Amino acid sequence: MPQNLPTTLVPELLRIVGVEGVLAARADLMVYECDGFVIEKNSPDVVVFPTCTEQVARVVRCCRDAGVPFVPRGAGTSLAGGCLPVGGGVMIVLTRMKQILEINTRDRYAVVQPGVVNIWLTQALRGTGLHYAPDPSSQGACTIGGNVATNSGGPHTLKYGVTVNHVLGVECVLPDGEIVCLGGPVDESPGCDLVGAMVGSEGTLAIVTKIWVRLTKNPQGYRTMLGVFDSVDDATNAISAIIGHGIVPAALEMLDQGIIVALEAAFQFGFPLDASAVLLIEVDGLEVGLDAQQQQIVELCRQQGAREVRLARDAAERARLWKCRKQAFGAIGRLSPSYCTQDGVVPRTQLPHILRRITEIGNRHRIRIVNVFHAGDGNIHPILLFDERDPEQVQRVLQASNEILEDCLACGGSVTGEHGIGVEKIGFMRRMFTADSLDVMARFRSALNPDNQLSPGKMLPTAAGCGLEMKGSHRKAAV
Amino acid sequence: MNQDPDPHLPHRSARTGLAAPDVSNPGSAIDYERFLDCVHCGLCTAACPTYVELGNENDSPRGRIYLMRGVTDGRIDLTPGVRRHLELCLDCRACETACPSGVQYGKLIEPFRVAMETTEPNGRGKTHDWFHRWILFGLFTQPRRMRAALVPARLLQRLRIDRWIEATGLWRLLPQRIGRLLTLLPRLGPRTPDLPSFLPAVGRRRARVVLFKGCVGDVMFGSTNWATARVLQANGCDVLIPESQVCCGAIHYHAGHSEPARELADQNLAALKPADVDAIVVNIAGCGSMLKDYGHHWHDGRQADRTAFAAKVRDVSEFLDELGLVSPPGPIPHKVTYHDACHLAHAQRVREAPRRLLRRIPELVIEELRESDLCCGAAGTYNLTEPEMADRLARRKLQNILETGVRVVVTGNAGCLLQIARESRLQGHVLRVLHPMDLLDLSYRNECLTI
Ligand code: SF4
Ligand code: SF4
Repeated sequence: MPQNLPTTLVPELLRIVGVEGVLAARADLMVYECDGFVIEKNSPDVVVFPTCTEQVARVVRCCRDAGVPFVPRGAGTSLAGGCLPVGGGVMIVLTRMKQILEINTRDRYAVVQPGVVNIWLTQALRGTGLHYAPDPSSQGACTIGGNVATNSGGPHTLKYGVTVNHVLGVECVLPDGEIVCLGGPVDESPGCDLVGAMVGSEGTLAIVTKIWVRLTKNPQGYRTMLGVFDSVDDATNAISAIIGHGIVPAALEMLDQGIIVALEAAFQFGFPLDASAVLLIEVDGLEVGLDAQQQQIVELCRQQGAREVRLARDAAERARLWKCRKQAFGAIGRLSPSYCTQDGVVPRTQLPHILRRITEIGNRHRIRIVNVFHAGDGNIHPILLFDERDPEQVQRVLQASNEILEDCLACGGSVTGEHGIGVEKIGFMRRMFTADSLDVMARFRSALNPDNQLSPGKMLPTAAGCGLEMKGSHRKAAV
Repeated sequence: MNQDPDPHLPHRSARTGLAAPDVSNPGSAIDYERFLDCVHCGLCTAACPTYVELGNENDSPRGRIYLMRGVTDGRIDLTPGVRRHLELCLDCRACETACPSGVQYGKLIEPFRVAMETTEPNGRGKTHDWFHRWILFGLFTQPRRMRAALVPARLLQRLRIDRWIEATGLWRLLPQRIGRLLTLLPRLGPRTPDLPSFLPAVGRRRARVVLFKGCVGDVMFGSTNWATARVLQANGCDVLIPESQVCCGAIHYHAGHSEPARELADQNLAALKPADVDAIVVNIAGCGSMLKDYGHHWHDGRQADRTAFAAKVRDVSEFLDELGLVSPPGPIPHKVTYHDACHLAHAQRVREAPRRLLRRIPELVIEELRESDLCCGAAGTYNLTEPEMADRLARRKLQNILETGVRVVVTGNAGCLLQIARESRLQGHVLRVLHPMDLLDLSYRNECLTI
């Protein structure tokens, strides 16, 4: 039993969610000590599984009254420690709130609970001619609630935008237990964009319990191409050339040789193992312009020295290609026992530069780094391979990661494109934003979350002295 | 921060295999490197039936791997709670299909459970009870005894007393697992004659195969075994059906009884003589995946023989798809839907072959099934030992089936056939549940399908 909790808390939680809805045994809590980011860990003291908004509100009130920190969690696929219970306390797991409440094809919106897995919505929409556009690579497992928290992107954000562009409204529970609705099924609501503020707030403002999402019409057709290049520079130049020509691909992804080898081992797609880089390019829209666009892209790739440009023959081949791309991170397990995926953004024209820097940094720290990323919007994902059992290697990985992200900032970019700040990037906030900007954010958070009981130690650096701040030197190596 | 000092370091030696195996820790039976394959990404969670139902990560693949590793590292004890999460696993291997890192989950959970069985306090594991001893091991795996046991069941069915027992819910008064067993029984037709030990190819001879009959399958699905043999014949195969073959051993092995399973495996090695044939053909996915695993379950002098045996094993759909199916002539103007048996789709990675074969039947239409590869809850003997979760999954499966509007379900595993048929009977729906070979056989014989 956790020592620092008021003794009345667990019985109170049991009254709210029942015995099936509470975990308090040490062994049961262990798996909740981290998410997809495994470098830092901390076990919650209690886990609860509410099944409706009312229960969430009651649990929140109960935590507030007890003065205990609480943090929401969905599928736990965050790569930045977004679900880490920094101060221990109560973890509110929303995986039992997993219903699709409404699909309205005429007004093109759906209402879902936060625990709905992203791909379930798309599956439920099969046959309607509509889909939910944000398609993070982990869409087979991550929840829409988690997507809202981190404002998730995905390969198709280049054309369709990120989660915030597709959320019409949310119902949420504020840290004082009040249930509020922001926005709703209609598109425009006057006043301050509170929905926009909620999306991407990483659970520091409120716990989202219901989401109205926009549904997007399926494009009439797709053309999916695979450009094979003998040098990374040629590939990145091709990216610039394509965008420079005013083409907006639905997706434009780059995979380097290291990742190609892992994917080939996992999926046997037939990727050329000797290529230095491949570009996965997709255009979609009305059938009528697609062939011309495709022709243009093939041409541009050739001009930049592409060895060949392959076309996906049919829907099945397209689906396989995307499956490979989306599961790329997971396939890393085949290359090394542990990995750390970075998530930085640079202006597109800086891609060749940053990739050269990454190689150089990797060499200097003797860390192997492979790359797979959303090239179209300059969102890079260098993946650092290491063995977690060697603490010295872990230090080198952290050092190399920091240098890469520093470089992103130096190029005028950002330290996260889509994974969020979580606990991983919190140290960079002061470098990314001015003290004034951070102060505005902190004050906004305080307005809703005055005691910082909800998701403490996340996203915004806390003032020194509260004991929750994470420091790089305290990071532990463990999985 | 983390309350534990650093739980990993003191166990470094166990990882490298230098420490002496610790008999009290079930994790010592596992190759530690396999734990490290898991990068904790969580991409497998939504594929796991128990997690999808319960939402608790301890009942997800990532959680179970973490628990097993926690026990192995000595971070947590193998408490009854931890055991429950591991026992609740269906061993359906959906997580293996979903995992991009290639984690071989089966090679973690199976040896761990075997070891868990033997480390049960006072040596009496969950599978040492009367039900396992007399019914699962004593009856199920012995076709002759099973046939005898089915005589009264046939009588009940002939007199329609079974329907009365089901309709009135009287079966719930029997000891739970016996009651469930009774409701699982399919409508038993007249007893099919035993298969002869040899059936010759029809037309040009293209292959020589041995047919594995299975123990439960042989008794309850005699007609499907006949259909399978005829389909093989029609495809130019000489079919050998040696009398001396025995149960594949999966029931024992999955209940944690490794030794009896090894004995059965070696009897099959002797009976099925892999060197003399092109393939060992199996029509029950559960048995097929066990036979394919013979090579790595036991590490002793015969391991190489077992590996060679395993290399010859093919699911019947996989085999026919590789051989090239002789076009089935008879039309079957029906809509059907296909349920992916876990031990076919996940354990053996056979997904498209059965669909391809079925599409060759003239006028047959396949409607896709939502969550077609989510376990139906049968999972070997799981529906007898974990009734609650099994029922939840059966209801979910039936719901998805009913949504297709189709009344014929096709699937390649005996357990699934029984489970889906049982659920539809209990809920009062009329559903035909068939094996792909049943349909192909009808087509080759130009017969109609009756519903
Ligand atoms: S089993 Fe595979 S998919 Fe699941 S968490 Fe581990 S690495 Fe990821
Ligand atoms: S085998 Fe099936 S039930 Fe067990 S963890 Fe994997 S997916 Fe879940």
